Amino acid sequence: MSDPSQAGAVTASKGTIHLVHLYPREMSIYGDLGNTRALASRLRWHGYTPVVHDHHPGAPWPHEAHLLVGGGGQDSGQLRVQDDLATHADRLRALAADGLPMLMICGMYQLLGRAFITAEGHRLPGLGILDVTTTGNATRMIGPVVLQTPVGEIVGYENHSGSTVLGEGQEPFGQVRHGQGNNGSDGTEGARTGNVIGSYLHGPILPANPALADHLLEIAVVRATGAWDPEDVDDTIAHQAHDRQVRSLLSA
Amino acid sequence: MIRSTLAITAGKLARGVSRLRGGGSALPGLVTERIDPGILGHTLADLPGGIVVVTGTNGKTTTTKMLVALLRAHGQRVFTNPTGSNFTRGVISAMLAEIPLSGRLDADWAVLELDEAHALHFAAAVAPTHALLLNVARDQLDRFAEIDQTAELLARLAAQATTGVVLNVDDSFVSRIHSRVAEGVTVAWFGVDPTCADRLPELQEADVREADGAAALPDSAEAALLLLQDEHTFTVTGSGADVGPVTLRQRGLAAMINATAATATARAVLGDDFEPGVAATALATVTPPFGRGEVIDIDGHPLELVLVKNPAGFTVALGTYGTEPVATMIAINDNYADGRDVSWLYDVSFESLQGHGVALTSGVRGWDMALRLRYDGVEVAHTEPDLDLALEQFLREHAGEPTRIFCTYTAMMQLRRRLAARYNLARFGEDSP
Repeated sequence: MSDPSQAGAVTASKGTIHLVHLYPREMSIYGDLGNTRALASRLRWHGYTPVVHDHHPGAPWPHEAHLLVGGGGQDSGQLRVQDDLATHADRLRALAADGLPMLMICGMYQLLGRAFITAEGHRLPGLGILDVTTTGNATRMIGPVVLQTPVGEIVGYENHSGSTVLGEGQEPFGQVRHGQGNNGSDGTEGARTGNVIGSYLHGPILPANPALADHLLEIAVVRATGAWDPEDVDDTIAHQAHDRQVRSLLSA
Repeated sequence: MIRSTLAITAGKLARGVSRLRGGGSALPGLVTERIDPGILGHTLADLPGGIVVVTGTNGKTTTTKMLVALLRAHGQRVFTNPTGSNFTRGVISAMLAEIPLSGRLDADWAVLELDEAHALHFAAAVAPTHALLLNVARDQLDRFAEIDQTAELLARLAAQATTGVVLNVDDSFVSRIHSRVAEGVTVAWFGVDPTCADRLPELQEADVREADGAAALPDSAEAALLLLQDEHTFTVTGSGADVGPVTLRQRGLAAMINATAATATARAVLGDDFEPGVAATALATVTPPFGRGEVIDIDGHPLELVLVKNPAGFTVALGTYGTEPVATMIAINDNYADGRDVSWLYDVSFESLQGHGVALTSGVRGWDMALRLRYDGVEVAHTEPDLDLALEQFLREHAGEPTRIFCTYTAMMQLRRRLAARYNLARFGEDSP
């Protein structure tokens, strides 16, 4: 993927970072491709060389991966990626256990959980990387969201019919300050185990939350090069977009 | 029918009050519908010609206007909802302006643009004789949840049509609906001529489309196909009587495919009475609907107002207007009618704006738009969320040169109200995108 933005680019690269975007065709109808764009651009702004691998169902696994991203798709899209996900299940579980950073949004968050139970009561097993169980619902949870998380206030947009419950001891990604979150009742949103983050938030989540983007990049870059050496990136616009959403939603 | 007369009377009163207050077009329809929920069926069911419903993700308003022009050019009396108010109550509001208390519309045909969800509400009240299904793409997923769901809405509408259905052969979401039409209902097709198939990606976003159940190109005798001659001139082939060459008053490939869809539908509706020469003249003279590439004269310089509401539409708009860069403003709101989720901006590439940059981003999510542009390396000179201040600044800083504003629906409504007050533009209704 080419990103022409050269704002703040540094000529000599501090290292090459491999981003893997899982199923960009089937699982990115809600703009989650923006997360991959944001990570690639920010790597460049921080002086690194991004390489983006689009992983499609049935394709060989990329030879290198420092960070994995996945997004939300339709129910039909989830069905189309299930076989490929099963093929790579052991690999993904091993990578998660090894501390590889992953950001999985909406449908991919659900697939990383223990199971998805359809509205008809069918139990579809997931990867079990996150201890969450999702049940299909008739009513969707839709709307703008503000979260409090260990990486600060996060803004985004949820649009999901699945209602997700955390297993005992499973850490959420954040606490809901505005919106519905995992299930609309317990105040949690998403899940986090080690460096794997699952969340329902579109927006897409990373551009307007640069602290979260850099948090993931730091883990990936340390894995790839041994040290995180960021540049001073001007995030004025991102902060404006972020703070306005927080203000308008929390004052509503 | 006493109830209908009461309902129409109340609606007309509401319409009078609402016009005096400069309000929108939905309320009178709402009043009428409350008193007589069956008002649509009562007034439209016995039109001598029939009821044509136009729906799909992109191009509804433009195509409807073209189809109405085509039918009127053939001497047909047509009732339509010309204001882009495409919810059922908007249709009723439009009707109130034209209907006597007796409840009989002076029309042969009703040609109605309907939102994908409201098309089904409408069909439940009165079955359309014809349905034109344009395309399915990502749009307002906070309302429709999934593209598959939008496609299913259209399939259910097609199943309600009693006489004819017109389908897009190039959109697999739409073409596969041919298997859902009722027994004895005719299927006609529109699409892009195979010799111009390389232009299709400009009209369709690169989403995941399954080929299952997609139709092969049908026998061209029943298909209206867009044959491009150059960037501005085209012919609609098919049925042994080509329409054109035609040059539209609206730029771009999307407008041409809309004209092709309208032509296919006019043929289906008029049958042997369809005259290619009359059709060509009608298409060449129809003006774009407000805010859809509408050109407003600002002290002798053109301001183009371009509605954008989903990835495919914004991509087409950038392709259409990107070849002639001018001072550009982008206004993004996130009200219900705009779609509350602005994630879709990341499914559009803005690289074509790199050379000229963007003078101003505005609207409730003006900063999010600026952020999106930053990630595509597009320079943004200013961001001013307040639309009125932004318009003022934009026109002041770019006085004496051509300008362009890309805007979401509610942003367009507000901007156009300001422009209308300042530059004496025609009134228009308001309801939904």
